[in-house]
Amino acid sequence: MHIYQGKSVLEGVAIGPLRLMHSQKPTITDAKGEGAEKEEAKFRAAQQKAVSILQKLYESALSSVGKSDAEIFAMHIDMTEDLDLEDAVIDRIKQGANAAYAVKEAGNEIAKTFAQMEDEYMQARSVDVLDVCNRLCNCILGIEEESVRLSTPCILAASDLTPAQIMQLDKSLVLGFVTARGSNNSHTAILARTLSLPSVVNTQTEIPEKFDGCLCVIDGFTGKVYINPDEATLQQYKQKQTELLAEREMLASLKNAESVTKDGKKTAILANVGRSLECDVAIESGAEGVGLFRSEFLYLESTDYPTEEAQFAEYSAAVQKMQGRPIVIRTMDIGADKQAKYFQLPPEENPALGYRSVRICFDRPQILKTQLRAIYRASAFGNLSVMIPMITSLQEVRFVKALAEEVKKELSQEGVAFRADMPIGIMIETPAAALIADELAKEVDFFSVGTNDLTQYTLAIDRQNQALEKFYDPRHKALLRLIRFAADAIHAQGKWIGICGELARDLTLTEFFLKIGIDELSVSAPYILPLRKRVQSIDTRSVLLETWL
Amino acid sequence: MITFEYIITDKEGIHARPAGQLIREAKKYASSVTIRCKDKTADAKRLLAVMSLAAKCGDTVTVNCEGADEEVAAVNLKAFLQANL
Repeated sequence: MHIYQGKSVLEGVAIGPLRLMHSQKPTITDAKGEGAEKEEAKFRAAQQKAVSILQKLYESALSSVGKSDAEIFAMHIDMTEDLDLEDAVIDRIKQGANAAYAVKEAGNEIAKTFAQMEDEYMQARSVDVLDVCNRLCNCILGIEEESVRLSTPCILAASDLTPAQIMQLDKSLVLGFVTARGSNNSHTAILARTLSLPSVVNTQTEIPEKFDGCLCVIDGFTGKVYINPDEATLQQYKQKQTELLAEREMLASLKNAESVTKDGKKTAILANVGRSLECDVAIESGAEGVGLFRSEFLYLESTDYPTEEAQFAEYSAAVQKMQGRPIVIRTMDIGADKQAKYFQLPPEENPALGYRSVRICFDRPQILKTQLRAIYRASAFGNLSVMIPMITSLQEVRFVKALAEEVKKELSQEGVAFRADMPIGIMIETPAAALIADELAKEVDFFSVGTNDLTQYTLAIDRQNQALEKFYDPRHKALLRLIRFAADAIHAQGKWIGICGELARDLTLTEFFLKIGIDELSVSAPYILPLRKRVQSIDTRSVLLETWL
Repeated sequence: MITFEYIITDKEGIHARPAGQLIREAKKYASSVTIRCKDKTADAKRLLAVMSLAAKCGDTVTVNCEGADEEVAAVNLKAFLQANL
C-alpha cells in the first residue's frame, strides 16, 4: 500500500482503478523566428484559434456546469486577448524571438508576478496565465490539444489538470482525480466541486507510471490517496462510501418532509438568506420558507441610501421566488459592526451598545419609511412579513407601527396594492426585549430570537473581541432561561416565536428548543436537512428541561 | 471626466471571473476607464491589469471614466459593480 498526502478539494470517497495521464509539454526553443512580421501573424492566428477553442469549451460548460463556472473559460478568452500579454509578446517578437518562445517567456513573466502576490487566491491565478499561454503555444506549433479518452470508470492521476481538460473528460467515467500540483483555489478545483468529484491536489510527488491501472482510494476528507490499499483500508473506505451514499439519500428524502418530532410536535425549518438570489437555493435545500431575509446588503453595497424602487425590486423578487411560502424581511440593521459610509455615523466608544438599527431610524425616520414602503408594496406578491431588529422597549415598537400606519395610508391614497394585514414582528436580541415579551406580544404578531446578539448582550461579551471567545458560552443558563421566559410569555398571548440566530443550527440544542415550543428554526441552507433529521429523531416527552435550566 | 468610488463587498474581492466580466463591460464604451485601488491604477479594459490590483472585500476602488460616452459608462459600470462585486 502506498499513501500520498495532498490537499482535499471536495469531501467524499472515490474508489477505482488509477489512470495516469501524461501531459507532454511542447518543445519550445529560442531559435530565431522568421522575421517579426511573420511571427506576429502566427501569434495573431494562434490567438484566434485559441479563442475559438475556448468558445466551444465555454458553450459546453454552460450546459453542463452552469454560468458561474463557465465564466472560467470566458475569462480565459479575455486573458488570451489581453493587451498587456499581447504587448509583452509583440515586444519579444520585435526583438527577434519566435512566436512560441515569445508567448512562453511573456507568460512566465506575468505568471511570476501573480505567483509573488501576497493573496493566496491571486497566486493561484498564475496557473490560469500558464494554461492560456500553453494553449497559445500549442496553436502556434500546430499541436492539437490532447483530450483523454476513457472507456471505463477510473480515478485520474496527473501532474496537473487544466479546467479545459476537466471539461473535456467524460464525466460519467471519472470517479475523482489526484494531481501532484495545483491548489485548492484553482479553477480546476472549483470545477471538481461543481461536478462533485472527490479529489486531492498538490501531493507534491508525481505518482509513478508503474501504478497505472492499480486500485486507488481517494479520501477527500483528509486529502489522503491510497494506492493498492490493504484489505482493511479498502473495506473501511467501501463502508464509508456506502454510509455517505445512504446519508445523502436519506437527507434528500427529507427535502419535502415535515419537521415533526416522534411525539408529533411540529416545528418549521426555514432558511436565512441575504439576497433574493439565495431564495432558489433555500427552496432547493428543503426550506419551508425564509425565516430571515437580511436587507443589509442593499445598504452596504451601495454608495447612497437605496431607493424605494431598488428595494422593491429586490423584495418583490424574493417574495415571488418563495411561491407562497412565508418570508420574513428584517428591516435594516446598520450600525455597530455593519457600517455604510453615507450614513455618516459618528465614531463611537462602544458601537455594539450604540447607535444602530431602529435607533438610527428614530432620528432619521425617512430611512425606515422608504424601506417599509418597499416592503408593503412587495407584500402584494406573496406571504410576506416584516421584522424589526434591536428592540428594547414598547416605545420603539409603537414608533415603528405608527410609521407603518403612515405608509399604509399613503399607499392606499396612491392606489398601490399591498397587504394591509402584513404581520409585523420583532427580534429578541436584548435581555430587555425578552423580559418584557409579554407586553411586546400585545403589540406585535411574532418574534424571532437573534441568538448572537442576545448572547453578547446577556453575557456582556463583545463578539468582535477575540480575547473574549472563551467566555462566549451560547449555552449559558442565563441565555436559555431568557429564551424560555420569552417563549412562555409569547405563547400565553397566542403569538409565535422562532429562532434565527446561529444557535438554531446547533443540533445539541434542538431538543431544548422543541421542548419549550419554539415554533420555527431558521438556519442557512446547508443546515436545513440535517436539522430536519434531528427534529424527527427527537421525542420531547423524554426531554428534561431541568437539565438545561 | 466622471469619477466614483465603490466599496468591494464580494467576499473574494475582484477575483478572476468577475474581473473578466468587468473588462467586458468596460470595453463596451469608447471612453477610457481606469480603476484605482490603494496605490495602483489599472486600465479597466485589461484583464491582467485589473486582476493585478488584487482588490479585496472592503477595499475602496475609484473608477474614472473619460470620453464621449463617460456618463453612460459611469452609470452602467456602477450598476455592474453593485450587482456583481
